[in-house]
Amino acid sequence: MTSAYEPLSLNVPEPGCRPGDTPDFSDFEIPRAGDVKRPPVDVDPDAIRDMAFSIVRVLNKEGEAVGDWAGDMSAAELREGLRHMMVLRTFDARMLTAQRQGKTSFYMQHLGEEAVSCAFARALQPGDMNFPTYRQAGLLVASGYPMLTMMNQIYSNAEDPLHGRQLPILYSSKEHGFFSVSGNLGTQFVQSVGWAMASAISGDTKIATGWIGDGSTAENDFHAAMVFASTYKAPVVLNIVNNQWAISTFQGIARGGVGTFAARGHGFGIASLRVDGNDYLAVHAVAKWAAERARRGCGPTLIEHVTYRAGGHSTSDDPSVYRSRREAAAWPLGDPLERLKTHLITIGEWSEERHAQAEAEILAEVTAVQKQAEAVGTLGDGKAPSPRDMFEGVYETMPPHLVRQRQEAGY
Amino acid sequence: MATEILMPALSPTMEEGTLAKWLVKEGDTVTSGDVIAEIETDKATMEFEAVDEGIMGKILVAEGTEAVKVNTAIAVLIEEGESADDLAAPAPAAAPAAEAPAPATASAPATPVETVVPEDPEIPEGTEMRKTTVREALRDAMAEEMRSDDSVFLMGEEVAEYQGAYKVSQGLLDEFGARRVIDTPITEHGFAGLAAGAAMGGLRPVVEFMTFNFAMQAIDHIINTAAKTRYMSGGQMTCPIVFRGPNGAAARVGAQHSQDYAAWYAQIPGLHVAMPYSAADAKGLMKTAIRGDNPVVFLENELLYGQSFDVPVMDDFTVPFGKARIWREGSDVTIVSFGIGMTYALEAADKLAEDGISAEVIDLRTLRPLDTDTVIRSVMKTNRCVTVEEGWPVASIGNHISAVLMEQAFDYLDAPVLNMTGKDVPMPYAANLEKLALITTEEVIAAVKAVTYR
Repeated sequence: MTSAYEPLSLNVPEPGCRPGDTPDFSDFEIPRAGDVKRPPVDVDPDAIRDMAFSIVRVLNKEGEAVGDWAGDMSAAELREGLRHMMVLRTFDARMLTAQRQGKTSFYMQHLGEEAVSCAFARALQPGDMNFPTYRQAGLLVASGYPMLTMMNQIYSNAEDPLHGRQLPILYSSKEHGFFSVSGNLGTQFVQSVGWAMASAISGDTKIATGWIGDGSTAENDFHAAMVFASTYKAPVVLNIVNNQWAISTFQGIARGGVGTFAARGHGFGIASLRVDGNDYLAVHAVAKWAAERARRGCGPTLIEHVTYRAGGHSTSDDPSVYRSRREAAAWPLGDPLERLKTHLITIGEWSEERHAQAEAEILAEVTAVQKQAEAVGTLGDGKAPSPRDMFEGVYETMPPHLVRQRQEAGY
Repeated sequence: MATEILMPALSPTMEEGTLAKWLVKEGDTVTSGDVIAEIETDKATMEFEAVDEGIMGKILVAEGTEAVKVNTAIAVLIEEGESADDLAAPAPAAAPAAEAPAPATASAPATPVETVVPEDPEIPEGTEMRKTTVREALRDAMAEEMRSDDSVFLMGEEVAEYQGAYKVSQGLLDEFGARRVIDTPITEHGFAGLAAGAAMGGLRPVVEFMTFNFAMQAIDHIINTAAKTRYMSGGQMTCPIVFRGPNGAAARVGAQHSQDYAAWYAQIPGLHVAMPYSAADAKGLMKTAIRGDNPVVFLENELLYGQSFDVPVMDDFTVPFGKARIWREGSDVTIVSFGIGMTYALEAADKLAEDGISAEVIDLRTLRPLDTDTVIRSVMKTNRCVTVEEGWPVASIGNHISAVLMEQAFDYLDAPVLNMTGKDVPMPYAANLEKLALITTEEVIAAVKAVTYR
């Protein structure tokens, strides 16, 4: 049978740059810092549809904070923010090396994405709950969760707060509003909406935040979360961290060739915007705006944090096989630490000398904590969680057959 | 003080690697975080960083050395003033964690039994054999089927550009192009449903799940769509599809990434379920799976991917579904297992032979159809049976084998059938707990001694 049409063919999107190519972000549109206006928190989502196609930015090239998202963080608060990001980066570097030394089995770092979670944490209140992925440990660092506890979990030693049951880095702290627990992609998004709806049903004032990566927006949970958040106007802030790469899969595979991730919120009538994820001030301002909106009952906000994963996806990943080694350096939104540091120096609240001194202090502090954790034990060395713990926590009370198995195991 | 630099484990399952390149030489000063070597694992080439500061005193393993075991000392770091020449011979690699206490052994010294390893009936006598990893065997099977049938294609996360998260699809994108080796968005439910649609539309999809744990999302399409389409359509519509990927525990991947789904899928009418142990079976069963007109759940294992077995060099080697393989013949007890469980079964059989107990070891190879005839025939000879699997104890494959033996070989049994399984808890992460949660060879040996009254 002949057809009047040409044969169809399959469209497979390709990134602009593969190993060996020269990175080119020239068609990546970046508005000038300060260009995007700050609407009132009770704004009608329809009135800010353009924000899903622009990017909220505060810090300009000169390191000045400009525009009406510039916010009101004091110099002391900004220095603290810089310190959180420096701690997280140093912590990551030490733990990455520890993994390479066999002291833990697996690690995931935040390199290039530190501002997203560190700045966001400062916009929340005690009692709020984050449903993060594996790359938002800044929420813990910035809320004072002890590094030693984090390392004890990474090393799976006898002091591991989760008793050797959970993977390294999938931290969990009810007290610090860090739900985590699940490593399965996407689940956090819809669960955060459920948690937020429960807060509304209970007449509470707490809000929830959901976190997802660009790649995982393809998961059902993303779409289900948006349906429920929209229908029930859940007090939730939904965050997409678009770091450009889902392991080897570039963000266009989840998004297709058009639109933005934030624009997906439009079909659901959700206030949707994009923010420069490497701009500490912008992330903080947007987070505060969205949290306020949720807490006042104005409904959910969808935030796309535009950033770049400068390191490997995990310690099992080798990015050089799928992307150019030069791409991270060519990323046009720069490095979040450098940008905040430049800003603080520009406003006369920081200096290269103080920075170098802070770097040395933080390295000494992280190293000292690391020694403390390693003195307890590392994976396969030192004091390990007790086999007793293996049988606890399966049920509220241990069923008889598990009591028997535990006894048979000699504990 | 001199410190040893050990071969690092760069992924949870890495046991050995190639020391591809030293980036420092003896006498160089290194500081923490310096990249000192490049190491190739089965997954990728990784940079290896120094954790301590010091001077490279001595390089103990030359670059280019292959198969360097994890935790082998590869270099010695010294401090200023120390001399590499003063160094004592490096201490041996750290001893492995203490083994579980050995079960009580038989009192009388036993006479070791002869081991009889039967030929695989699928392979003609005299066929040339080639050492192949399970990983390569699976790739070869897919490539052969893709060459002979243009309707076969592979889709899943990371299968194309990255060559598979566990490198099973190595080279397939180069040979078959992006039309037939397709990287998908991250949505197991989405691409399993999509592939089911493509199968119903006349293609033969092979769907890779990065692990079967992630297929929990897709289970509605696997069971409610793929397995039941033929039945519900009155036989008009079929769904010839293969769902494949690693299943069960790897190492240190915790509760959500270590589950064994053998018993789950084996329960479903309409599905075929394969769970090979050897590379030859992985290849032969995969080719059968792709050619068949029934939906197949093909359960692989991450720890087996890197293991090598003899694979026959044949133009078109297939293994039929529903035919168990007797790996070794024996007369005292039948050990029934499948997949990675075979590792424990065979190791136990070896040790039992030293104690004078002759174990017949059966690899089920496929769980649906299930070759109960071979098991029954064996038990009629040995009168005793122990089943071995990594999954949980309740409603396990072993439970089903026990029931079949109870119904069809009751009069031949001289002891209760024992089902050896993992412990009834979610998989813990910590290395010591994980080891305790899984089945061990010692537990299999203890079970055999219990049913043989030794």
